[in-house]
Amino acid sequence: MSPITKEKTNWFFACKVEDVPANGGVCIKYKDEQIALFHFARRGEWFASQNLCPHRRQMALSRGMIGAQQGEPKVACPFHKKTFSLADGRCLSDEHECAIKVYPVKLEEDRIYIGVGGGKETSAVPA
Amino acid sequence: MKIVVIGNGMVGFKFCRKLVERKVPGLELIVFGEERLPAYDRVHLSSYFDGKSTADLLLAPKNWYADNGVRLHLGDPVHHISPGLQTVTAKSGITESYDILVFATGSSAFVPPMPGTDQKGVFVYRTLDDLDHMKTAARKARRAAVIGGGLLGLEAAKSCMDLGIADTTIVEYAPRLMPRQIDQNGSAILQKQLETLGLKIRTNAYTTSILGDGTATGIGFEDGSTIPADMIVISAGIRPRDELAASAGLETGSRGGIVVNDRMQTTHANIYAIGECALYQHIIYGLVAPGYEMADIAIDNILGGNRTFGGFDMSTKLKLVGVDVASFGDPFPPPDSCRVIVFEDQVAGVYKRINMTDDGQYLLGGILIGDASAYNMLLQKVKNKMKITGKPEDELLGARSTGEAAAGVLGLPPDAMICSCESVSKAAICQAVEDGHETFNAVKKCTGASTSCGGCAPMVKDLITYTLKSQGKYVRNVLCEHFGYSRQELYDLIKIRSLHSYDEVLDNIGHGDGCEVCKPAVSSILASLWGDMILAKGNDTAQDSNDRYLANIQKGGTYSVVPRIPGGEITPQKLMAIGRIAEKYNLYTKITGGQRIDMFGAHVGDLPLIWEELIAEGFESGHAYGKALRTVKSCVGSTWCRFGLHDSVSYAIRVEERYRGLRAPHKIKSAVSGCIRECAEAQSKDFGIIATEKGWNLYVCGNGGSKPQHALLLAADLDSETCIRYIDRFLMFYIKTADPLTRTATWLNKMEGGIDYLRNVVVKDSLGIAGELEREMQALVDSYKCEWREVVETPALRKRFTHFVNAPEEKDPSVQFEQLREQKKAVEWK
Repeated sequence: MSPITKEKTNWFFACKVEDVPANGGVCIKYKDEQIALFHFARRGEWFASQNLCPHRRQMALSRGMIGAQQGEPKVACPFHKKTFSLADGRCLSDEHECAIKVYPVKLEEDRIYIGVGGGKETSAVPA
Repeated sequence: MKIVVIGNGMVGFKFCRKLVERKVPGLELIVFGEERLPAYDRVHLSSYFDGKSTADLLLAPKNWYADNGVRLHLGDPVHHISPGLQTVTAKSGITESYDILVFATGSSAFVPPMPGTDQKGVFVYRTLDDLDHMKTAARKARRAAVIGGGLLGLEAAKSCMDLGIADTTIVEYAPRLMPRQIDQNGSAILQKQLETLGLKIRTNAYTTSILGDGTATGIGFEDGSTIPADMIVISAGIRPRDELAASAGLETGSRGGIVVNDRMQTTHANIYAIGECALYQHIIYGLVAPGYEMADIAIDNILGGNRTFGGFDMSTKLKLVGVDVASFGDPFPPPDSCRVIVFEDQVAGVYKRINMTDDGQYLLGGILIGDASAYNMLLQKVKNKMKITGKPEDELLGARSTGEAAAGVLGLPPDAMICSCESVSKAAICQAVEDGHETFNAVKKCTGASTSCGGCAPMVKDLITYTLKSQGKYVRNVLCEHFGYSRQELYDLIKIRSLHSYDEVLDNIGHGDGCEVCKPAVSSILASLWGDMILAKGNDTAQDSNDRYLANIQKGGTYSVVPRIPGGEITPQKLMAIGRIAEKYNLYTKITGGQRIDMFGAHVGDLPLIWEELIAEGFESGHAYGKALRTVKSCVGSTWCRFGLHDSVSYAIRVEERYRGLRAPHKIKSAVSGCIRECAEAQSKDFGIIATEKGWNLYVCGNGGSKPQHALLLAADLDSETCIRYIDRFLMFYIKTADPLTRTATWLNKMEGGIDYLRNVVVKDSLGIAGELEREMQALVDSYKCEWREVVETPALRKRFTHFVNAPEEKDPSVQFEQLREQKKAVEWK
């Protein structure tokens, strides 16, 4: 996992750690956008992605089941179980499916921030 | 070395891919393609009308060529070749020199010389562009006719039907369909099957003209008759694309084709021809597998090797409009030189023919229609000249159990070609397994077997299983990469170690992070074993999304709510309550197929409020979201029905309340009928009960899902208590032994000994576990609680039911509805 480039990223406060179920996801409202935030409690990492399922264009990824494929963190859309990498956003189950956008996440004490705009939009941070 | 390839079809691409894999130093590879698209799968062309996209059909993504240093010129056919200067010039004016030139120009559709073929509405069936034109024309077309009843013609006819033209006629000059592959009797059976599907067929019909005045209106025949049609597809054979080769002075055949030797060289030693444009010993091979073999041989010779082409088997197997059709070896040798066995079942639409040597010792070839499951084995026996052991008719009827079929694979010689498309031998597959590639995908990746047409997949799988078994390895159906166990093994381990949460299970007997496969499977086991509230102990995020929200996610991302209505019996009061609640939360309502009421369109944040009101009216969760017991349907029974033998409603309510919410490998449904008229359709359920004069008949393992299956009689004339005991045992045995997402019907189909074995276990207690099964079921029954109530009454759980965690009061603004018949519905997928 590459380190986050802090300079250009615009961080916004998403929620507190306690608001996110361990090994699960929640949906964050950011202006007019919806961002899915996931807590991989077993590995102490956080990931964020768009909430929109690119397959059927529905706001649902945050309700998907998270897991890993050969160590790569992923989320399965609750609609049709297409899986997406949370490391780089590509669709793991269907090479013709669009990739999803992923965002960097950082923790400050019990507060979670998601980075939008600028920077490289892929990261994992230890909790 | 600089190689120029003319043509980017399947064979041309295969040539490039195999050459790239050889990693030849200093190789320059240039490809000219006539079509606008890079190579695509022409074999599965008709799937384009069946939902596949252009991208699905491409053999490699567009960037494959650049990534591998291949210069691809698309939409730019070569117009001139100068063998003396060793250059080619394309339409665009690009000139390239070459050391080696390869013709992979393929063939074009043959359009017979007759009047009217140049009109609007006349098509050939060859390229994606042809298909696009058909697609546009089909919108207005009412009647289609396909000229040619061969392989491609039948595919084209299927496409016409897929395009929505129900009135489609196949016209064939010969007295039978697929004249090159199957005989008269086989064709008759095939014809009957295709006619049942709505296709019209005319054989012995010689087309002499296409009618119309600029726009096609029909077909005229030699006998003066005509048929009307406004879309006409000509599929009367292929013509090798040899015009460029001929103009460059290469020798071509009198009926077309670039003459090649057994090294695929043309009459110019540095010019090769492969695939459907190449004429080898007066034969054009119109299949992809021999084309691939030619590509291989050409590469070998170009790189200084010495392999030669020795002809190719033209056996084919395909599914035509849902009907299996296969022909292998020599399908019709001269009658006096062989012994023929034929099996024919006109009702089932099955025809099988095998041709053997006179002494009945060797197989020469044959035809299979309606059931081609024996194709792979029979083909191997022909190809490898294997002696027939046992009775010849056994060959015809095929392997009658999977065990036999797999044993047959083991009997093949090591050099038997299992995958003809990719030239992968049995030995290569076994070696891959021995080297540690123990799954189908791993073997596929490692050997390339089964990556083209996929026809050999069952044999490859059998070979993997039997190679592993012959190594003394225990072949297991492991759950996923996070658990090295089958569901049954996991069930036992979780029980013995008394594990209660997904995390505990992963920590103790798994590894990694888990995934969407193992999480629901483990959650289902935990629920079946302990009956804990499924969202407790941190198990909520290990539940399938529907279980996690105790409701079914539907189009648009809203949820549906189904309260339990045991046996379908409901008071007017409760009916009104449902109506009132649905109205209040603006929900669409529908009576389900299982005698309940489904309310759609609930926002996630409204779910606990809706449940709270339903609970107050005396309802509880119907578990419509879970792999759990759903409904027990019932007819009206003896309380009102003049035929009813017993009170089926009371019994259905009793059964439903006993097993409500029972978690299992798959969802379970049941029904109770009050007499043999079977108004509750109990024989189509996972378990069904039918009243008899003497008690209840218990049927099990029906339903089957997408492959419907009738339930089988487990026990007859039972009293009510015994019937419940048997159901306890049956359900518990299923829960403990079935793989994840396996329905009861599939579970029984795979069970050695079938229904007799199951009856021995459940009724005769042959394993001595009946008491244990009953106790375990009773414990689950006793621990039942309504999951909705638990959420409504537990603030921490209730808090999870919001769309935005940082704006809990707001609903998802992207949710939209449309109107339909005075109710709302989800908007269509975009």
